[in-house]
Amino acid sequence: MDLFEHQAKELFADYGIPVPKGIVAHTVEEVRAAAEQLTGRVVVKAQVKTGGRGKAGGVKVADDAADAVEKAQAILGMDIKGHTVHKVLVEEASAIAEEYYFSFLLDRANRTFLAICSAAGGMDIEEVAHTSPEKVAKVPVSALDGVDRAKAREIAVAGGLPEQSLDGAAELIEKLWCCFVDEDATLVEVNPMILSADGQVKALDGKVTLDDNASFRQTEHEAYADKAAEDPLEARAKEKDLNYVKLDGDVGIIGNGAGLVMSTLDVVAYAGEAFPGKPSPANFLDIGGGASAEVMAAGLEIILSDPSVKSIFVNVFGGITSCDAVANGIVAAFKLLESRGEAVTHPLVVRLDGNNAQLGRQILADAALPRVELVDTMDDAAKRAAELAAVGA
Amino acid sequence: MAIWLTENSKIIVQGMTGGEGTKHTRRMLASGARVVGGVNARKAGITHEGLPVFGTVKEAMEKTGADVSVVFVPPAFTKDAVKEAIDAEIPLCVVITEGVPVHDSTEFWAYAVAKGNKTRIIGPNCPGIASPGASNAGIIPADITTAGRIGLVSKSGTLTYQLMYELRDFGFSTAVGIGGDPVIGTTHIDALQAFQEDPGTDAIVMIGEIGGDAEERAAAYIEQHVTKPVVAYVAGFTAPEGKTMGHAGAIVSGSAGTAQAKKEALEKVGVRVGKTPSETARLMREIMQAR
Repeated sequence: MDLFEHQAKELFADYGIPVPKGIVAHTVEEVRAAAEQLTGRVVVKAQVKTGGRGKAGGVKVADDAADAVEKAQAILGMDIKGHTVHKVLVEEASAIAEEYYFSFLLDRANRTFLAICSAAGGMDIEEVAHTSPEKVAKVPVSALDGVDRAKAREIAVAGGLPEQSLDGAAELIEKLWCCFVDEDATLVEVNPMILSADGQVKALDGKVTLDDNASFRQTEHEAYADKAAEDPLEARAKEKDLNYVKLDGDVGIIGNGAGLVMSTLDVVAYAGEAFPGKPSPANFLDIGGGASAEVMAAGLEIILSDPSVKSIFVNVFGGITSCDAVANGIVAAFKLLESRGEAVTHPLVVRLDGNNAQLGRQILADAALPRVELVDTMDDAAKRAAELAAVGA
Repeated sequence: MAIWLTENSKIIVQGMTGGEGTKHTRRMLASGARVVGGVNARKAGITHEGLPVFGTVKEAMEKTGADVSVVFVPPAFTKDAVKEAIDAEIPLCVVITEGVPVHDSTEFWAYAVAKGNKTRIIGPNCPGIASPGASNAGIIPADITTAGRIGLVSKSGTLTYQLMYELRDFGFSTAVGIGGDPVIGTTHIDALQAFQEDPGTDAIVMIGEIGGDAEERAAAYIEQHVTKPVVAYVAGFTAPEGKTMGHAGAIVSGSAGTAQAKKEALEKVGVRVGKTPSETARLMREIMQAR
């Protein structure tokens, strides 16, 4: 889960990392109140979970409260790379002497953590990393050794930070490491990390990504979830513990296993290219190895409530679960939905392969469910599901 | 022949007395794997599924001669379980558990390295390893394929089963599910190297998916070191940017980790990449028939 800048900075502040004083505002009235409270020059910053916000005009300096309101009017509601700005952070303006870059992240390839530090921070860090990679220090950090003050200083030196910033930067980096580990983050980024005119090293921006797998021990992270931005279908699926991602197309997909479902999306998209309107997947839904009637029903229910769905493709490989159990699950799911008055009205293409596939197909054939078609192979079933979506269009 | 897991492998199960541990211990035993005991510090001394339960991995190894551990303990305890296996220097530790925090897997990997890499870790969040007809450590259904001369390495469980099933008439030396997490113990490259060196393997199926650059690095390795034919499949061409597709590691960020980039890297070094799982099976079929 990615955090908003203001959430990241609140988290940083908890770890004693210096951040500018700031107030979150959702309306121009709130912006005015915030600017009046902060007094003097302020910065109005769009709160969106994407980069390139400064270049898109989402960050503006204002001289006073009236100016802040004017700037906020332009920023609130703005679209930045498909993200609508619903709130801004109004922050006291900092007198910047120098801008640096700093981050801790997971280095997947080397299976370790990495500190990235550069004296050439600010909006153009990607460009610097590309054209002058020698200006960007990448220091591996062992999960066993961690980062103490000495290691933090070593990283700051490697990044080319000047002498007068080293003490402050080392302190900030050490605290940031504590935040990275204690919060189960996979990324903490400070760009820019600044040296202020009065000689203080501060986090002027903050980007944090938290590991969802750690939620069992980071229960307070749930408060960071951006419920408003969540797709309503995804939110409902989450409540039912379903692994669901909403996509743009019209063929509903249910499968077992993340890899098989990802593959199903691809195969449906290829097949769709041959049909008018190019039908494509409406969602990712992995019902896992179990595939019980309840889970199948919950999955079908979510997909049926998606108004863009025109056909459904159930793609199951019976490995641990055998296909007869999956077929019984589908039959039971139909009955369950019918009893709730939510009968399945869309065409449903089912492909069962693997353990007890014949028996599973027989069960479905015998049940003679309305609008259910059995197709033997994944490729042919994808074609049929795409065709049915195209016809329904 | 097979890699890493043979008919002589003796398996213990960490977390055998739990629900998943019990179910899959039964399945492993039914498939003919030599499961010789379980580990649970709180239940040491009892018998479960007809097998002795030991207090530690070390004790289990001493009493049974076990050389493989399969881990089913919940995510909160996985790090300690794997570190215990590393301390006991068991040669192979297969971590099935899904949902392990990445700080934990990064830590136990660093621990394994610090201890001299005496324990091969497979996973976490993986289906395990199966050498059909010989042994089975994990949750791969043993009965969907036969023993043969194809080696398979995959990030995905069900896609592994799909390919094992489609190619069941040729059969497999070993199938390794390395898991879909961002940090994993055994990589595509480790498996490619082992299959290249295994006289019982003639050709290799490699299954990848979006996220990270493991497939690109595997392609570079194949170019330099693998002379046996390799056929590949990559899942996630249509996955949108920034969304995690089921596996914690399956996420495209910016232009990094796309299926297209992985496919191109593999094709550049002469690996044939199937457009669908079935086409991938067909490509492998052609190779095996030509032999």
